[in-house]
Amino acid sequence: MKTKAIIEKIAHIIFLISAVVAIFAVGAITIFMFIKGTPAFKSIGFLDLLFKSEWAPTATNPTYGIAYIILSSIVATFSAIIISIPIGLLTAVYIAEMANNKLGEIVRTAVELLAAIPSVIYGLLGIMILNPLMYKLERLIFINNPNHQFTGGSNLLSAIIVLALMILPTIVSVSVSSLNAVSDKLRSASLALGASKIQSIFSVVIPAAKSGILTGAVLGIGRALGEAMAINMVAGGVVNFPLPFNSIRTLTTQLVSEIAYSSGLHRQVLFTVGLILYLFIMFVNFCLLKVRKKEED
Amino acid sequence: MKRKLLAILFVTVLLMTSACSKKDSAVSLAGSTSMEKLCEALSESYMTSTGATVTVEYTGSGAGLESLASGSVNIGNASRKLKDEEKAKGLVENVVAIDGIAVITDKNNVVKNISSEDLKKVYAGEVTNWNEIGGEDLAIVVIGREAGSGTRDAFEEILKLKDACKYAQELDSTGAVLAKVAATPGAIGYVSLDVVNDTVTGLKLDGVEPSEAQILAGKYLLQRPFVMATKGEIASQSEAVQAWFNYIKSEEGQTIIKKVGLIIPNN
Repeated sequence: MKTKAIIEKIAHIIFLISAVVAIFAVGAITIFMFIKGTPAFKSIGFLDLLFKSEWAPTATNPTYGIAYIILSSIVATFSAIIISIPIGLLTAVYIAEMANNKLGEIVRTAVELLAAIPSVIYGLLGIMILNPLMYKLERLIFINNPNHQFTGGSNLLSAIIVLALMILPTIVSVSVSSLNAVSDKLRSASLALGASKIQSIFSVVIPAAKSGILTGAVLGIGRALGEAMAINMVAGGVVNFPLPFNSIRTLTTQLVSEIAYSSGLHRQVLFTVGLILYLFIMFVNFCLLKVRKKEED
Repeated sequence: MKRKLLAILFVTVLLMTSACSKKDSAVSLAGSTSMEKLCEALSESYMTSTGATVTVEYTGSGAGLESLASGSVNIGNASRKLKDEEKAKGLVENVVAIDGIAVITDKNNVVKNISSEDLKKVYAGEVTNWNEIGGEDLAIVVIGREAGSGTRDAFEEILKLKDACKYAQELDSTGAVLAKVAATPGAIGYVSLDVVNDTVTGLKLDGVEPSEAQILAGKYLLQRPFVMATKGEIASQSEAVQAWFNYIKSEEGQTIIKKVGLIIPNN
């Protein structure tokens, strides 16, 4: 009997330690990001850092303005989300409401596989297929424009398309489960009132699954904001105003590409970039919690 | 708890380093940030093979030579030739390696030779089409490296284009530059000389082929020496410093220099 109690106790402690590891990790990362990320604000100035656009960290008179970098991240993420939500939602409706079981299963599997593809593969396809296409388009559009700097197809548009593809599975799978969770009574009631199937889906089922769909969108935003590899490969990586055919740099790629050889203040600013990214992600997750809480109420 | 552990670790490391620096076998270097890769590779293998201690600080060429002149380090690293006033302070220029940079274009580009003036204009954004410098009507896609890269540093320094380049793409590795230039019609880029392969064209610069032979002959422009300067000749240095230079000249040292993409000087 006694040994059993001891085993219980030990097991309890092991579980507790495992749980504490996660809390400790989050706490440690937060503290670390703030300690490393805030000094640059002091040495450069809060406003100069956040709202100046010129980034020249290795110049003789270095400037560390990350406004365009933040803006690029936001523009790329939200454009991708705007493309992804309608496609993802319609795919989800098809899987959950329209397709017969077999076909629905095939589409569902395809979407799940899409989610499992590593981002570097998306980047690779971007380089091999998307960038050359974009370059052709770029040459067509800017043929007589001497002010345009040709980027060879590595631009914001490529980044948006790649991101939209990458977040599609998240939106689809979350939406499918929330559509499935809508009670069949609602569907039957709507149909019984004389609404067509499409009418029922759009005026009854989707509104009922709204918060689940929103959760999918927020998760997608989180993934798009945090994606580095694929964007690094297709976006060109120059700090620019985020116009469709400009080569851009986002918060993530800024870190990836410059952290290796940076030193001194340059490195401190990169940590600040990391801190801003971290705060963005925290904010997105905070929204997610709110949405979920609303769902429960 | 973690703090305590860290503190203990920190103190031990401090004690160890201070103990080591008192030994005669220690060599201290300071200077060029561009030489970081080379110095890290050399010092790491030197320390593991001999057990000696090497400390390197990356403060910049000028600052490194100043520390050397003031006697606070044994060796001053510089990624340029020494100036006359530096030599006047008794500093001796020991070139340990040469950094060479090739300018590359995609295979189909008809331009095979570029003057250094035109190259400057291309990177400064003054020339934006190949037909302005003897090629076909094709936009120039200017590809470079990210801020902080040694290759970018060297390229901009030699061409006096510091902070003046207008890049269309800034990529974070040599391989990426090579791949993008090869895949993008009208692209131009720069990479370490040693990685140029037959997927791209290495442009002649002012009519000079980018090759090791031309660099060693001093004819190819895009090169810079990596100097480990000493105060007085190597022969008059401490045994530890002499051992360091002997190691660099040894077969093992030379292999490392080649491995980090540099050229062995002939002296």
